[in-house]
Amino acid sequence: MDALVLIEHGDGAADEGSLQALTLARAYPDGAVNAVLFGPGAEEAASGGLAGVQTAFVTTLEGAAFSPDAWASGICELIGRLAPGVVIAAGSDRGNDVLARVAARLDLPLAANCTAAEPSESGALVTRVRWGGSLLEEAALEGAPVLLTTALHAFAEAPREGSAAVERVDVTLEQADRVVSVTEHVEAGGGGVSLAEAAVVVSGGRGVGSAEEFAVIEELAGLLGAAVGCSRAVTMAGWRPHSDQVGQTGTKIAPELYIACGISGATQHMAGCKGAKHLLAINADGEAPIFASADYAVIGDLHEVLPAIAEAIRKARQP
Amino acid sequence: MDILVAVKRVPVTGGRIVLTDDERAIDTRHLGFTISPHEECAAEEAVRLVEAHGGSSTVLTLGPPEAEEQLRDALAVGVDRAIHLLSDGEEWDPQATAAAIVAAIEAERAAGTDYQLILFGNESADAANFQAGARVARALGRPFVSGVKALALEDGGTLVRLEQEAGSGRDVYRVPLPAVVSVKEGLNLPRYPSVPGRLRAKRKPLDTSTPTRPAPRLAMRSLSLPPGSGKQARVLGRGADAAGEVVAVLAELGLV
Ligand SMILES: Cc1cc2nc3c(=O)[nH]c(=O)nc-3n(C[C@H](O)[C@H](O)[C@H](O)COP(=O)(O)OP(=O)(O)OC[C@H]3O[C@@H](n4cnc5c(N)ncnc54)[C@H](O)[C@@H]3O)c2cc1C
Ligand SMILES: Nc1ncnc2c1ncn2[C@@H]1O[C@H](COP(=O)(O)O)[C@@H](O)[C@H]1O
Repeated sequence: MDALVLIEHGDGAADEGSLQALTLARAYPDGAVNAVLFGPGAEEAASGGLAGVQTAFVTTLEGAAFSPDAWASGICELIGRLAPGVVIAAGSDRGNDVLARVAARLDLPLAANCTAAEPSESGALVTRVRWGGSLLEEAALEGAPVLLTTALHAFAEAPREGSAAVERVDVTLEQADRVVSVTEHVEAGGGGVSLAEAAVVVSGGRGVGSAEEFAVIEELAGLLGAAVGCSRAVTMAGWRPHSDQVGQTGTKIAPELYIACGISGATQHMAGCKGAKHLLAINADGEAPIFASADYAVIGDLHEVLPAIAEAIRKARQP
Repeated sequence: MDILVAVKRVPVTGGRIVLTDDERAIDTRHLGFTISPHEECAAEEAVRLVEAHGGSSTVLTLGPPEAEEQLRDALAVGVDRAIHLLSDGEEWDPQATAAAIVAAIEAERAAGTDYQLILFGNESADAANFQAGARVARALGRPFVSGVKALALEDGGTLVRLEQEAGSGRDVYRVPLPAVVSVKEGLNLPRYPSVPGRLRAKRKPLDTSTPTRPAPRLAMRSLSLPPGSGKQARVLGRGADAAGEVVAVLAELGLV
């Protein structure tokens, strides 16, 4: 069964999420794997190596702006021409968005964020994530072709190697395909350590008590060169901006060390920090659910524990 | 401007998800219910737009009779009207969900209300199919932008300016109305319902209808919990006395 994979790319190289989608495509039984890439830099990314890909179809689309309906239109055209058995994209913002549009155009089902998929008589049997990864679902998906996206980090990345044949294709776009186009890109201002990328994150929850009392969290974060995070209880109280929120509907983080203070460990919070290598939880309640996911536990009032830790760090660093 | 917001009733699962014995649902016997934070922001945005520019806001759900609670919650924060598409309690697959929502929108249009802005959550809290909005937009032949974190009317209300996270910054779109938009938490800070708001909500209009569920084409077979971390936390101590042990761990990790 032939597979078609949407490869997102930047700086002339395929994105990691798309290379994970490619891994599933290559594992899909019996058939060639083809890829489709859009926009400026597509050809470079295709020539940079997409392991196992037979033909990389490259569509520059005039103009640099991202236009999700144009991508969907291009994918539908290739589906018509190649009749793949399965079409796969990364479960990224763009991957999920564009495949939903493809599914809507073809009136086919779509399974988003799969961690496994195998062909069945009428389509595929898939495992997909719900609740931001806190729950797995086994589902039967109909469709010719089968449409799915892969959950981020569910598959290893296919190597950027090999030499796919690159074929330029033109997409016939209708006026309506151009209505939704990026007109401008604004870069985030503000320095500081980015929450998503930080090696260490110190987070506070409702247990911190108020916006002012976040000073103890900020102090420890400062000492460790860490980003400050928080729980949804904190954003809803207006103590911190939503950009600090870790979780299912906040930022997903994967730092070396996550220090969670006064956070109970609701599944929706944990959905955002599962990727942390080490978790230190500080909580007044020895029975708090967060301890079940923690590597290190401190039971106590964070307003006593955090200043003591800050003091001990300063002492340890004294020459 | 008339605005529609689509919301879905989901359980508040707390620290641990427990499944029913047949492993086809979450055991909700001891749980409360809510909607996705994304959808709370969608409802808040609709209320603010109507406060600023006039028009009306309507909240819609496809769900069991109990989902009236979530509709009343939205009415309590200022949404004007509710539409309840009663389900049989089964979860509808994304195509069926979108089709039912489209049919309701078309019935509203026939009755004189043509929604200029239709707001969705970026993904439902539980199923997270990431697609209802795109499907509804396509069926209505309207532009669709997903994952929106800032929204503003421009050009006398004929255009909407939308910001979507992209890399470390944001992509900006300007699309003509009528349009369909899915939003993410962070779009705004939703207000809490006031007591008078709750009282008013009880009297606001709520229309019901009962669509029939087609056979699913994405059919859930069973649910399971991902394997646990298997972690056994090492207790570093209690209170301030734990500081020394904590610093030892930080040193092990090369941070001190
Ligand atoms: C669909 C959905 C999506 C959600 N998305 C997110 C999300 O992205 N991120 C998120 O965080 N939440 C999210 N939530 C909310 C989540 O369910 C919880 O309500 C939230 O995480 C609770 O925050 P908290 O742990 O700070 O507060 P609480 O649950 O109230 O816990 C406070 C903790 O602080 C401890 N404590 C109190 N005082 C002290 C003290 N002095 N010292 C030490 N410990 C103390 C308490 O023992 C308790 O464990 C979502 C919910 C839903 C339904
Ligand atoms: N049963 C439902 N009733 C009303 N709106 C829904 C329902 N299911 C999904 N939606 C809407 O569609 C969005 C995306 O859902 P999904 O495609 O399941 O991720 C949700 O955030 C809601 O706004």
